[in-house]
Amino acid sequence: MAEPKVLTDVGRAPEQVAAAARKEKTISKAKGPGDDKVHSWPHLVRIEFLCALAVIAFMLVWAILVDAPLEEPAAPTRTPNPSKAPWYFLGLQEILVYFDPWHAGVVIPVLIILGLMVLPYIDINPKGNGYYTYEERKFEIWTFVLGFHVLWIVLIIVGTFMRGPGWNWFWPWEPWDKHKVVAMTAVDLPYLFGFRDYWASAAFGVSVVVGYFALGTAALYGAIAKLKGRAFLKRWGAARFSLTAFLFLNMIAIVLKILLRQGFNVKYIMVTPWINI
Amino acid sequence: MSKWSEFKRAVVSSQVWRSIFRHGYDDTPRNRVLMVSGNVWLHLHPSKVRRHGIRLKFTWCMGGITFLMYLITVVTGVYLMFYYRPVAEYAYADMKYLEFDMPFGMLMRNMHRWAAHAMVITVWLHMFRVFMTGSYKPPREFNWVVGVVLLVLTLLLSFTGYLLPWDQLSIWAVTVGSNMARATPLLGHEGPFGEFTGVNPVYDARAFLFGGGEIGAHTLLRFYILHCIFIPLVTSLLLIVHFWRIRRDGLSGPAL
Ligand code: HEM
Repeated sequence: MAEPKVLTDVGRAPEQVAAAARKEKTISKAKGPGDDKVHSWPHLVRIEFLCALAVIAFMLVWAILVDAPLEEPAAPTRTPNPSKAPWYFLGLQEILVYFDPWHAGVVIPVLIILGLMVLPYIDINPKGNGYYTYEERKFEIWTFVLGFHVLWIVLIIVGTFMRGPGWNWFWPWEPWDKHKVVAMTAVDLPYLFGFRDYWASAAFGVSVVVGYFALGTAALYGAIAKLKGRAFLKRWGAARFSLTAFLFLNMIAIVLKILLRQGFNVKYIMVTPWINI
Repeated sequence: MSKWSEFKRAVVSSQVWRSIFRHGYDDTPRNRVLMVSGNVWLHLHPSKVRRHGIRLKFTWCMGGITFLMYLITVVTGVYLMFYYRPVAEYAYADMKYLEFDMPFGMLMRNMHRWAAHAMVITVWLHMFRVFMTGSYKPPREFNWVVGVVLLVLTLLLSFTGYLLPWDQLSIWAVTVGSNMARATPLLGHEGPFGEFTGVNPVYDARAFLFGGGEIGAHTLLRFYILHCIFIPLVTSLLLIVHFWRIRRDGLSGPAL
């Protein structure tokens, strides 16, 4: 696969970038051995048409065979147990087990949306533009797989199929026991480390969180410097690096928090009068 | 010449016909370009695409299928709107009426529902495809951003529609899904730092969403307007931007 043109824009002046883009356009427009274009009509339109027919047929069969649910009329005083959000939000509802609502319901969704939006600006790898490749984009692909497949989709599956009354864990084949009681024995991290005084615990918690981000950023910096070299870090720039590190560490923090709860019964890492994490 | 072909020729060469269909189906390169560029719908496409771009294994046709799902929900949704009143007293009864008395009512409702669910899945798959082919890289960065907004709008469309049947499933799913707005830092009355901004249960982010302190008739109307007018309008505008940019930049592909 030849190197794509235009793409190593980082560190180039806008005029240069525009000139390169113009050049690419003329190249791709030019006739000759490099031109592999076909007419949209009929080649593309034909495929779209067949695809649309097949999908419409599939949707019709689905809609004939399966009826949309309609339960009893709304009764604002009768809360069902469990109350579940629509399935596509169940990943977020599931992390409510591990984080407070302001965190799971507001901060994390905002970070997901912002993270997706800045992706094209923080990923300056010019390779793998317009074709499938694993070799040339290992880190990007693993990060996406962790965020999208492992966290988003697996948590949706857990929230949809494994959660019953009281948001307790039930296997799909287990009957839902409405009276199942799970003892709330989780303790906060500062307590586990022997802190009993309120303010000392708070200070410890804050330093753990701040320390996690500081050390994590430093570790990422070291790893990237080693793997890709300092010249790359310079080209990448401080803004891109710190944004990437912040988003990446936030994502890893979700995994860590889940592991801390499941493995060590930790409720909060940081407890302050205002927010708990 | 038979009578039939004479008649056909007369029709096809008449002023009326030629004012509607400007060119025939002749298989010439010029006509192939005209087929696309002379048609307001088809000219969403560039008149030529690179060979790999039409392969299913490259795009999975996922953007196209997502758009098809959107169109299905628009068409079936308009049908449902004829029979549905967004008023707490009527909404549920209208659903029953639609299911049992309206011709094709149940089918239209099912299509609408399942196409909406399918759209959520296909838009995720489309995003995954665009990610895997690295198609968000220059010069398509901003179209990816437009796409992310479209993804959020797709979820919001689904979510606001969820409330409209006004049954137990819908009000509780929407209640749970909206409760987090209460916890928004600064803007929610149960969120951190809420006490500094003076928000309270009837005056905070969730009350803004619900049109009141609790989910109720006002919420139904609000979600109906968001679902049927506001979000579809914004989505359609952004789809125009999305498609326009794909047309300008061409489909991504390996360097020639
Ligand atoms: C309502 C939702 C959406 C619709 C109807 C839609 C539609 C389309 C269509 C029809 C294409 C042409 C190629 C293809 O079929 O794959 C396309 C390309 C593209 N879409 Fe979307 N899209 C949507 C959402 C998104 C999202 C969520 C993203 C990313 C976050 C995105 C990013 C892109 C990009 C970057 C391209 C250019 C791909 C290339 O050049 O290879 N779109 N979209």
